[in-house]
Amino acid sequence: MTIIQARNLSKSYRISEKQPGLAGSLRHLLRRVHRDVVAVDQISFSIEPGEFVGFLGPNGAGKTTTLKMLTGLIHPSGGELQVAGHQPWRRQARFLRQITLVMGNRQQLIWDLPALDSLQVNAAVYGLEPVAAARRIRELAEMLELGPELQRPVRKLSLGQRMKAELLAALLHSPSVLFLDEPTLGLDVNARVRVRDFLADYNRQTGATVLLTSHDMGDITALCPRVLLIHEGQLFHDGSLALLTQRLAPCRQVRLELADLHPSEAFAGFGQIEEHHGHLLRLLVPRDQLTERVAALLERFSVLDLEVGDPPIEDLIGVLFRSRDAAARGDSP
Amino acid sequence: MRVRHGWRVARALLVSQYALMLEYRAEIVLWALSGVLPLIMLGVWSGSGAGAGAGLSPQQISRYFLSAFLVRQFTVVWLIHVFEEDALQGRLSPFLLQPLAPLWRYLAAHFSEQASRVPIVAVMLLALGLVAPGLLWLPSARSLLLGLVAIQAAFLLRFLLQVVVTTLCFWSERAAALDRLLLIPYLFLSGLVAPLETFPPAVRRLAMATPFPWMVDFPARLLAGEEVNATLGFAAIAAWCLLLLPIGRWLWLAGLRRYSAMGA
Repeated sequence: MTIIQARNLSKSYRISEKQPGLAGSLRHLLRRVHRDVVAVDQISFSIEPGEFVGFLGPNGAGKTTTLKMLTGLIHPSGGELQVAGHQPWRRQARFLRQITLVMGNRQQLIWDLPALDSLQVNAAVYGLEPVAAARRIRELAEMLELGPELQRPVRKLSLGQRMKAELLAALLHSPSVLFLDEPTLGLDVNARVRVRDFLADYNRQTGATVLLTSHDMGDITALCPRVLLIHEGQLFHDGSLALLTQRLAPCRQVRLELADLHPSEAFAGFGQIEEHHGHLLRLLVPRDQLTERVAALLERFSVLDLEVGDPPIEDLIGVLFRSRDAAARGDSP
Repeated sequence: MRVRHGWRVARALLVSQYALMLEYRAEIVLWALSGVLPLIMLGVWSGSGAGAGAGLSPQQISRYFLSAFLVRQFTVVWLIHVFEEDALQGRLSPFLLQPLAPLWRYLAAHFSEQASRVPIVAVMLLALGLVAPGLLWLPSARSLLLGLVAIQAAFLLRFLLQVVVTTLCFWSERAAALDRLLLIPYLFLSGLVAPLETFPPAVRRLAMATPFPWMVDFPARLLAGEEVNATLGFAAIAAWCLLLLPIGRWLWLAGLRRYSAMGA
């Protein structure tokens, strides 16, 4: 049975526009100019129970708006939506007990109190018996490697500890659908890895469905067998990450460490230069010309080290969207 | 089952909010000190002898304003200010995703703030008793009981009125300005600056038709041990609450729909 079903889901906002300066302010006061902005444009997808799905897209693509529609925080302008058998925007208690939303830039824990105080409120709100709540807090704290930190005021916790405490609060009621919006935002590498491991364990152990947005491709590649890619409110890709890479990457990445310094112009014709700092060079080379281009590079330059691989997915997405935007503007390639 | 669940939620909210208020104790002392307007008015009225003109003895004046001071301390409502900030900063969203209406949290915060004021107000009264021992008196058990119930009823009425104004935050980013506008009739018609008995009859009749006198004058006079029609007072508060409750609920639901439409 499908747990999340979106059909032609849309959301548009009406915003008023104001020109700068005094004249603009007066005009804005007397006669407002409104514009409709389409944040999400007829996207359709379905998610099965237990799936771990990545939700990708550049800033302003419509990811957070979609998550807010899925959780019921905002009302869709059009289309159909069912999450866990409910229409989210109705925010019925039975629906709210099944879901959770973690936003990396928002918090639900009371800032000036220890996290345990907020957890006890959450336990009461979700109707957990005190013994069951204590056991659940212990289990989750163990998984998240949290201990005495729960007794310290939230404001005194590090960013990583705070995010883990937020996750604990969000998962206390054992939700079956998790919506995670940038849960590793601002975390250092170690904290990020621990959060990722926890999420993977949680998904494996509980069978919960997870929809994750992240700007950190490490999160997506580590956790999400399936990704949804959204741009300007439209769904661009729904499938495996490998398929997305294949679809986006007609090129392979060639990394070179050169013995001598050369100007960037020296590499024109070998591929698209992604990075060139001193002796290090990173090029994107069409797959079908890889052998001859690499051979030519080795012949022309003194190469200390060479590595061929797939380019980072974020680069590919960036290239894709830049080229789409350029095409839409009518620029020449 | 629902009652037990409700009790557990209320207890958890009150405990956590009381702990939070204790963290803000210095701020609460300042808030309590800022609520001394009735004591200032007591000084003004005692010095001018204007009470005699309205048929009020100096003792009645002092008991009235001291009671008004207590009423003011325990009927403070600041919902709109925190709610406006929560809505603007997006802190409302996590509350909306829990199976508990966010207003219950704010109500618990107000009750906890009242509890945290008790020792501060006690110290203020003690200090007043040391400076002017003649001002304090021991109210009868009836006056005390009715007065305390009336204070809580007055608080609920103020809270509900502010819920109505607060819901306007969903339409305007600065609804707190409207609350400041309401402060003027509240100050003058509630009995904070002058007992309603001293108003000209026409103005008094007009005032009595608003919710404001029931927020200060009525509980203060009950506490001061004056002859008051308690049944009428409680009935008026109940009537206003019954009027404001559905309006507040309707505006809240409409506001949430708008909030959802505009982007939470």
